[in-house]
Amino acid sequence: MTKKEWPIWEVFIRSKNGLEHRHAGSLHAADAEMALENARDVYTRRQEGVSLWVVESKHIVATNPAENGEIFEPAADKAYRHPTFYVLPEELKHM
Amino acid sequence: MELDINKLESDFQARIDAGENIEPKNWMPEKYRKTHIRQISQHGHSEIVGMLPEGNWITRAPNLRRKVGLLAKVQDEAGHGLYLYSAAETLGISRDELFHQLHTGKAKYSSIFNYPTLSWADIGAIGWLVDGAAIINQVMLTRTSYGPYARAMVRICKEESFHQRQGYEMMLTLCNGTPAQKAMAQDALNRFWWPSLMMFGPRDEESPHTEQAMQWKIKLKTNDELRQQFVDIAVPQAEILGLTIPDPDLKWNEERGHYDFGPIDWDEFWQVVKGNGRCNKERLGARVKAWDEGEWVRDAAMAYSEKKDAKKEAKKAS
Repeated sequence: MTKKEWPIWEVFIRSKNGLEHRHAGSLHAADAEMALENARDVYTRRQEGVSLWVVESKHIVATNPAENGEIFEPAADKAYRHPTFYVLPEELKHM
Repeated sequence: MELDINKLESDFQARIDAGENIEPKNWMPEKYRKTHIRQISQHGHSEIVGMLPEGNWITRAPNLRRKVGLLAKVQDEAGHGLYLYSAAETLGISRDELFHQLHTGKAKYSSIFNYPTLSWADIGAIGWLVDGAAIINQVMLTRTSYGPYARAMVRICKEESFHQRQGYEMMLTLCNGTPAQKAMAQDALNRFWWPSLMMFGPRDEESPHTEQAMQWKIKLKTNDELRQQFVDIAVPQAEILGLTIPDPDLKWNEERGHYDFGPIDWDEFWQVVKGNGRCNKERLGARVKAWDEGEWVRDAAMAYSEKKDAKKEAKKAS
């Protein structure tokens, strides 16, 4: 039998309007329509969301953890990007 | 760049010791990967096979309230199986291969599901005891070191407490019913008590993987610790029901601050693991049948999807 496995899809849920979609997990489905139907049954049985996104996993491009150093470490010594870097007098409130 | 395996392994252990999670694309020792594939798939298979003994009673639930509850629970088990299979797939094994391992007996599932469900009270006992035991294990696993597994556990634990409550409520209803109904509940407890204790796996001294599993924070407590925790919780629950746990050696140990309990029949445990339980053949047979008979549906759905894509492409081209 030369059958193909159904592709993997990633599922994102918006839990309520005003919040972003967040990754919930993945599932298999033959096409986008079935992926949405399955996502509804697998990930929103208890009113977890008001909107679903599905995307075939192969379309997601990700960073490689082996390159984490060069990608993320440059931010580590840039304290001046944070508000606490700037020294202000005590009496100045709410800034 | 030359990769030094010892350095990679010590860095890996350091990350685990620091309480960091390991994610799919991170380097991990091959044995960590394999152990996780085995454990997560076994867990997933247990959820899927676990639907069978309960599904057996859906059409015979005594009323609509019980029926919708049981139906929802069994549907949850399917969902839990899917969360777990997805987590296992992040380690580089395909869904088809996972099923193949189950169907050929290479992968195991929890032995508890090889016991028959003879009466409606068994469904109550399963929710109370079997799901209760699973919760104890799964709460621990929410802090396991492999990220996708831990996240699946968080989701599962949120859903699981309804399972135990519906089972316990069923037992409570039977225990407050006629003497015959209460006897049914007692009979179910008698049959499911010992297999529930076996769910935590062999004794620590006979569990060769425990040390490595603890070092890698795959497990955070040993089998015996979890089993003791379960007994300590279940005994007062049985008292509220007015049922007797079928263990003459069960008694509170003031010094230890725990219940002592009698010896477990490990011969029975290993017999069931090896495939000689009451229902091993029936359970696996049902899974293989569902898979084989669903093949044309899976193929047809894929063929339809490819046909739609081809049509779309042709439209674009014209």
